[in-house]
Amino acid sequence: MISNESLLSASIATLHKEYPYINQFLEAYPFLSRQPHDQPLARILLELESQDEDLAFDAQSFLNQMREFIVQMQEFLGQNEGNVEVITVLPGRDKHGNPEAYESVELLKGTVTSIVGPTGSGKSRLLADIEWVAQGDTPTGRSILVNNRPPDTDWRFASGRKLVAQLSQNMNFVMDLEVEEFLMLHARSRMVNDAETLVQRIIAKANELAGEKFGPQTPITALSGGQSRALMIADTAILSSSPVVLIDEIENAGIDRRKALELLIREEKIVLMATHDPILALMADQRIVISNGGIAKLIVTTPEEKLMLSELEHYDRKMMAFRNQLRIGGLLHELKES
Amino acid sequence: MNLITISGPPSSGKTSVIIKTAAQLMQKGLKVAAVKFDCLHTDDDIAYERAGIPVKKGLSGALCPDHYFVSNIEAVVDWGLQNQFDVLVSESAGLCNRCSPYIKEIMAVCVIDNLSGINTPKKIGPMLRMADIVVITKGDIVSQAEREVFAARVHAVNPAAMVMHINGLTGQGAFELASLLMTGRREITSLKGSKLRFSMPSALCSYCLGETRIGASYQMGNVKKMNMEEQP
Ligand SMILES: Nc1nc2c(ncn2[C@@H]2O[C@H](COP(=O)(O)OP(=O)(O)OP(=O)(O)O)[C@@H](O)[C@H]2O)c(=O)[nH]1
Ligand SMILES: [Mg+2]
Repeated sequence: MISNESLLSASIATLHKEYPYINQFLEAYPFLSRQPHDQPLARILLELESQDEDLAFDAQSFLNQMREFIVQMQEFLGQNEGNVEVITVLPGRDKHGNPEAYESVELLKGTVTSIVGPTGSGKSRLLADIEWVAQGDTPTGRSILVNNRPPDTDWRFASGRKLVAQLSQNMNFVMDLEVEEFLMLHARSRMVNDAETLVQRIIAKANELAGEKFGPQTPITALSGGQSRALMIADTAILSSSPVVLIDEIENAGIDRRKALELLIREEKIVLMATHDPILALMADQRIVISNGGIAKLIVTTPEEKLMLSELEHYDRKMMAFRNQLRIGGLLHELKES
Repeated sequence: MNLITISGPPSSGKTSVIIKTAAQLMQKGLKVAAVKFDCLHTDDDIAYERAGIPVKKGLSGALCPDHYFVSNIEAVVDWGLQNQFDVLVSESAGLCNRCSPYIKEIMAVCVIDNLSGINTPKKIGPMLRMADIVVITKGDIVSQAEREVFAARVHAVNPAAMVMHINGLTGQGAFELASLLMTGRREITSLKGSKLRFSMPSALCSYCLGETRIGASYQMGNVKKMNMEEQP
């Protein structure tokens, strides 16, 4: 256990050496970097406290926050991240208070579950239940198990441990950065080893998903809709800390959705997909039907449906080919399947 | 009565979050009221009233709104006690990012939004650093990666806080904030003798008092000069 005393006797140089990630924390205190790096912190803080009003600086709370940061980082780095194998949703009740009529929904690592039901039927609440790791204490009364056990309450409070990552059609990149810079920033905030390799892999994967290619120096805000979606998916698959990924109605344009799902599966995500697109719904292993705020049933995709899927995909490719034909100014006529 | 102080940069989503969270509390049968502290203008009182939340507003005008907050919060608390509210929420917009209206042992929530830029957490000082709960809004319009980077920056500035994501438009996450506020609740009967978590600066110069002329001879009181030799 780290004590405030041990931190006080360390110099800034020692802190950097012992806790390489401390940089992230110290960044918020730029005036500290102008202090001598070889002096004990105690002396520096004493010095700073005499000018604290100008710096809006309180030595005691600085020290407490720094200790807290180090403790959490040590915990975060020490934990095995790929450790959520299965999430179980146990029944509660719908909007009218009727008990939900299913036994349990198991969401396994590397599988896809689609969620269907009218807008406003309770999809967001289901997601929120998972995110909050509900224990009968949300409006639905559902309980969530992580790896077949009720989780320690820590799940709710640790900021580094968000269960659900989300992707939706309304989300856009807003930062003024190039693709590569942006991914490096994300990688550094996740403190992964070998950030460069991961970043290159994300760019390559995103380009496999996107209709049109883009380079590492493209500003993220200049990416097309399809390219943005592709980059978001590749980044979430490879770099996000959350074991669960929710995809909300991703349109067909400019992105290979099958490949996108395959990537998420290969990266062992638990994939949830809100959709009314029959192709996407059938690509899933199972689907949850929601109505009146409750889970009405759980359907395992049948072999017959899987057969229909290839038929639907056939039409889909045909539509796509026609669309391309139109785009390049051609006439529409029967196209041969490649 | 429970007092909750909520602050955050202008337009970060404070009112939206408070209204959605209050709705959850009111569903549990609690009486919720609000007070808005601002500088020159606010329409937040209309938004609260429309949501069925009794409200008081205070405009600080020529004064710093956070100083104004400290001088008035006691009276506002008395108003709340007289009206037997269960929960009183104070909303204030942090303007210069230097002060924070948080009081020791009173729940303090900072609301910031994903659109404000990744350096914002570093810039807003005690208002973020001293909060018990940090609510991040507007996650519905940025990417997952940006949300993660932003949350990591917030965490680096205030590692001890609980960080939550709330959508101010749909209210997703407000139920969770409401339960958190109720878990950490503390009944108060007065603010007399309570202390601020962080001192407010004693900037009192001739310009605070209405001086408009520029020039060294008009500058009196607590005047501070830039060092023009220093690197930026
Ligand atoms: N997309 C999106 N918009 C939001 C969200 N939260 C708030 N807004 C919008 O942001 C704007 C500002 O929200 P307010 O709740 O008024 O912000 P505030 O912090 O109370 O603003 P002031 O009190 O004026 O400082 C409004 O137009 C809201 O509708 C959110 O989570 N997502
Ligand atoms: Mg407001």
